[in-house]
Amino acid sequence: MALCVRALLGSAAARSLASPGRSLLPLRGRTLTLPGLRCASTVQQRVELKRRKALEGGGEKRTEAQHARGKLTARERVALLLDPDSFTELDMFVEHRCSDFGMEADHNKDFTVFGGSLSGAHAQKICKIMDQAMTVGAPVIGLNDSGGARIQEGVESLAGYADIFLRNVMASGVVPQISMIMGPCAGGAVYSPALTDFTFMVKDTSYLFITGPDVVKSVTNEDVTQEELGGAKTHTSVSGVAHRAFENDIDALLSLRDFFNFLPLSNKDPPPVTECHDPSDRLVPGLDTLVPFETTKAYDMLDIVHSIVDERDFFEIMPNYAKNIVVGFARMNGRTVGIVGNQPKVASGCLDINSSVKGARFVRFCDAFNIPIITFVDVPGFLPGTAQEYGGIIRHGAKLLYAFAEATVPKITIITRKAYGGAYDVMSSKHLRGDVNYAWPTAEVAVMGAKGAVQIIFRGKENQAEAEAEYVEKFANPFPAAVRGFVDDIIQPSTTRLRICRDLDVLASKKQTNPWKKHANIPL
Amino acid sequence: IANRGEIACRVIKTCKKMGIKTVAVHSDVDSSAVHVKMADEAFCVGPAPTSKSYLNMDAIMEAIRQTGAQAVHPGYGFLSENKEFARRLAADGVSFIGPDTHAIQAMGDKIESKLIAKAAKVNTIPGFDGVVKNAEEAVKIAGEIGYPVMIKASAGGGGKGMRIAWNDEETREGFRFSSQEAASSFGDDRLLIEKYIDNPRHIEIQVLADKHGNALWLNERECSIQRRNQKVVEEAPSTFLDPVTRRAMGEQAVSLAKAVKYSSAGTVEFLVDSKKNFYFLEMNTRLQVEHPITECITGLDLVQQMIRVAKGYKLQHKQEDIPINGWAIESRVYAEDPYKSFGLPSIGRLSQYEEPLNLPGVRVDSGIQEGSDISIYYDPMISKLVTYGSTRAEALKKMEDALDNYVIRGVTHNIPLLREIIVHPRFISGDISTNFLPEVYPEGFKGHPLAAGEQRELLAAAAALHVAAQLRSQRFLGQQRVSSVPQERRNWELCVELDKRVHMLGVSRSGNSYTVEIDGEKVVVSGEWNLASALLPLTINGVPILLSIQCKTQNLLLLSKLAASLNKLMPEKIPEDTSSILRSPMPGTVVAVSVKPGDTVAEGQEICVIEAMKMQNSMTAAKTAKVKSVHCTAGETVGEGDLLVELE
Repeated sequence: MALCVRALLGSAAARSLASPGRSLLPLRGRTLTLPGLRCASTVQQRVELKRRKALEGGGEKRTEAQHARGKLTARERVALLLDPDSFTELDMFVEHRCSDFGMEADHNKDFTVFGGSLSGAHAQKICKIMDQAMTVGAPVIGLNDSGGARIQEGVESLAGYADIFLRNVMASGVVPQISMIMGPCAGGAVYSPALTDFTFMVKDTSYLFITGPDVVKSVTNEDVTQEELGGAKTHTSVSGVAHRAFENDIDALLSLRDFFNFLPLSNKDPPPVTECHDPSDRLVPGLDTLVPFETTKAYDMLDIVHSIVDERDFFEIMPNYAKNIVVGFARMNGRTVGIVGNQPKVASGCLDINSSVKGARFVRFCDAFNIPIITFVDVPGFLPGTAQEYGGIIRHGAKLLYAFAEATVPKITIITRKAYGGAYDVMSSKHLRGDVNYAWPTAEVAVMGAKGAVQIIFRGKENQAEAEAEYVEKFANPFPAAVRGFVDDIIQPSTTRLRICRDLDVLASKKQTNPWKKHANIPL
Repeated sequence: IANRGEIACRVIKTCKKMGIKTVAVHSDVDSSAVHVKMADEAFCVGPAPTSKSYLNMDAIMEAIRQTGAQAVHPGYGFLSENKEFARRLAADGVSFIGPDTHAIQAMGDKIESKLIAKAAKVNTIPGFDGVVKNAEEAVKIAGEIGYPVMIKASAGGGGKGMRIAWNDEETREGFRFSSQEAASSFGDDRLLIEKYIDNPRHIEIQVLADKHGNALWLNERECSIQRRNQKVVEEAPSTFLDPVTRRAMGEQAVSLAKAVKYSSAGTVEFLVDSKKNFYFLEMNTRLQVEHPITECITGLDLVQQMIRVAKGYKLQHKQEDIPINGWAIESRVYAEDPYKSFGLPSIGRLSQYEEPLNLPGVRVDSGIQEGSDISIYYDPMISKLVTYGSTRAEALKKMEDALDNYVIRGVTHNIPLLREIIVHPRFISGDISTNFLPEVYPEGFKGHPLAAGEQRELLAAAAALHVAAQLRSQRFLGQQRVSSVPQERRNWELCVELDKRVHMLGVSRSGNSYTVEIDGEKVVVSGEWNLASALLPLTINGVPILLSIQCKTQNLLLLSKLAASLNKLMPEKIPEDTSSILRSPMPGTVVAVSVKPGDTVAEGQEICVIEAMKMQNSMTAAKTAKVKSVHCTAGETVGEGDLLVELE
């Protein structure tokens, strides 16, 4: 069902809009609003007949075929995603307007109907829902399973795409938009997920590509399978198009429910706070010994994240792409926070093109939706080399810098070890309006590591080892930054959770605005 | 203290009580270890591998010189039975808290010790009293003694470098492995062979002697529960010994100690057959791992006694002062996977760690804390969990509670196995031998088999917990949208798949109490729902139950009725064909690779050898096939699950 089912997850504000024919529905206790049906009661029998046919979708045979491919039908998916009995379908009676090429008029563009390709009528349905979502301030979830534009409808379906793209862009930063790719999604259809905030995929059954393997073969003579070209593995680990992949439809939809609970409903909504059983003043003794003494030795930033957040519950975004930076959602004392952390375990946690872009997009999402950002810093700098320079590390690295600088949500930063050079500035430093910046005793805030610095300062001179020791003594510790007020405190690692929870309470009422502008100009 | 981990901490505790200042030595990876923090001073003696740090005598001697230490406690393992170390200490005028060089040398060599024991009229096992030169000679001697035979390292201990052989072929193989292991563990590849006593008990006598010719026996320890010749559960006293046998063993042990002019604490190990005949096995000239259970029943602090003796004081006690008060049990909690041959080492970081010290009668000797790393370099022991009661039943009950209340997350541990052993009817009745584990679990340990009632309780608890978590996730605080929940649900239909069996459950809630209907039976679950806690005290049908929440288990899947019905449509992910792929079952070092691509291997043929925690493990082919590719080289470090060799 190409972009067919758009569930509107409404806010309390939506309740005032409730009128006959609309119903309020819960997803995990959070109101979901869907406009109801305007029934033509005069032709009761025809209504019943059409409704029955619509509910059948493509019929038993095609439903079975969908199941045989390891996929569920649109209605089954919706039933799983939402709270029981809470979905009311809209526009069940809209028919698509083309009857050329032997296509039969039917209802509801379920995937089992016409391979879920996009018709003009179909696009109209989607636009209607999205407009409504914008009006009430409710997130949009698209479950995508589409063959692309319906060739038979020609320009009408192209226009349909554009209508949806426009709404994706208008809704961007207003309500969270999530795309769950649950089947092939090719051609123009791919740009709608690309415009949304998060794109998730289902392993083995979902594909995203501009053109399929046949076209690729005829144009570039490359032999490639669907899976290699645009499968979940490719997009979650190589291209970075998708943010996460799930085992199957069930896993995907149930995980989506968990993910949804992290998000506010709109940009006017504060981040959700859930009941928290994990004491906010819990000490984490393991952190005191986590950072190894040798600065060259790696450790796992996820160990820090898991032990600090509520109940070790961390929803990682892009866990397999640009692994040198870790981003994702968690809760602190029940309140949703965005976590950004350099990952010393992968490429020493350096910033490169991919990790900068990954971090920047995540930071901007958090900022757009009032989610506080907690940044863990252990960064040796930007990755050097021709590959990076030719690739444009300067302008891509600038994105992360830009995103942190621009963000006005509460920003808490913890320097766990290295904070070297420009990367120190970038990683939510005090200078970029960080609200609270802490250093662990193992922190080293400096222009560069001791060895490199000594080689430059004392080039060609003897006693380099001595100079290095002196450098370590002077700079490889948190004091130079602390005496200047660039870090607010040097804290015992075991108290980090307690300190962050306390700071978030204080910062909950933070108000900060950027100067008026039409829109800012991030270095794209 | 020339040691690390729990034993270093143990010694420091007594030193603190006695007002003695302590120096810890440590390798660089141990620089923030617990024993380093506990000691008054610390000294780094080298990098992680034990041969470069804890066995590095030069560095340790340097630590002694620089810190001005007057005495050294060696703990167990490492340099504790190294005569060269004792000699160097003596040369520098530093006291060695242990026996003198002569006793270490005499008892450390299994061949010599046997001769001395014979002379001291101690019962000994028939065997060959000499060094075995090669595999062929081993086969010849084995034939003379009669199978089964035991091949072991002359310098060894602790089960390392030890193999049992039932025929000529196994003797040759055992000879090869034992000599390699002996060389890597003790730097001495001399081997000996003796008659293997089938189905024996392993009972040892703790002795304590001073430098003035006085010696005591401090009763026995029953250490029969072993896997691969390493002890798992020990107790004192033994259910098997009568006072007459105990006295006979004690007196022989003391006469052996006197024969070698032993001083300090030592242990004489015996094998005891079903007719209570006992044979001298070896004497350990050090403090044993399992010494706490002797301390519990005698009230003595053995470390304190060792320090007194080393200082030259006379023993304070007479033999008739040594009581058996109550019963003590020790479980060795290891970071290892009990489902793989009763325990293959596992490594990792202790992400969560809580010792059950809140319970009465519980002693935990450990050298780690939350956040510690269990690495491939050292022994994977997490702690020694000791419980003490006035009767055996009481001590066992306390052990059960203590194991249930122990929270270890981040590494695989053997608590499931320990918990099964101590409630096994054979163990409870005292009907044990060193073959207990392979006899009770011939197919290997598979975990606790759930009885029907227990299964219902588990299902009910899982369902209630799921509903409680679901309800909580719908409660948003301080937000208007909360009010839009029309009505809180009271009934749920769930589907739980446990061990591949599907159960339909109906759950209804009133307040904190959940009624779960399973196959027509009602189970009521109630309790305080702190969903962040690793241990959840629940009441199930009025009976208190402690639920331990692990992160994720593979064998329980809980879905709503709808999700479960749709889940049937999901295709099964095809698991990798493992017969043609050989993966490392544990983290370790590849010692040798015996095949190259293109070779044809037979089923069961050795492909490579992996050493982890000083144990060599032979990896064999699961089928007869051609080798497609080899992904490891000798000397390389591999992680658990790393691909080693692919077959065609």
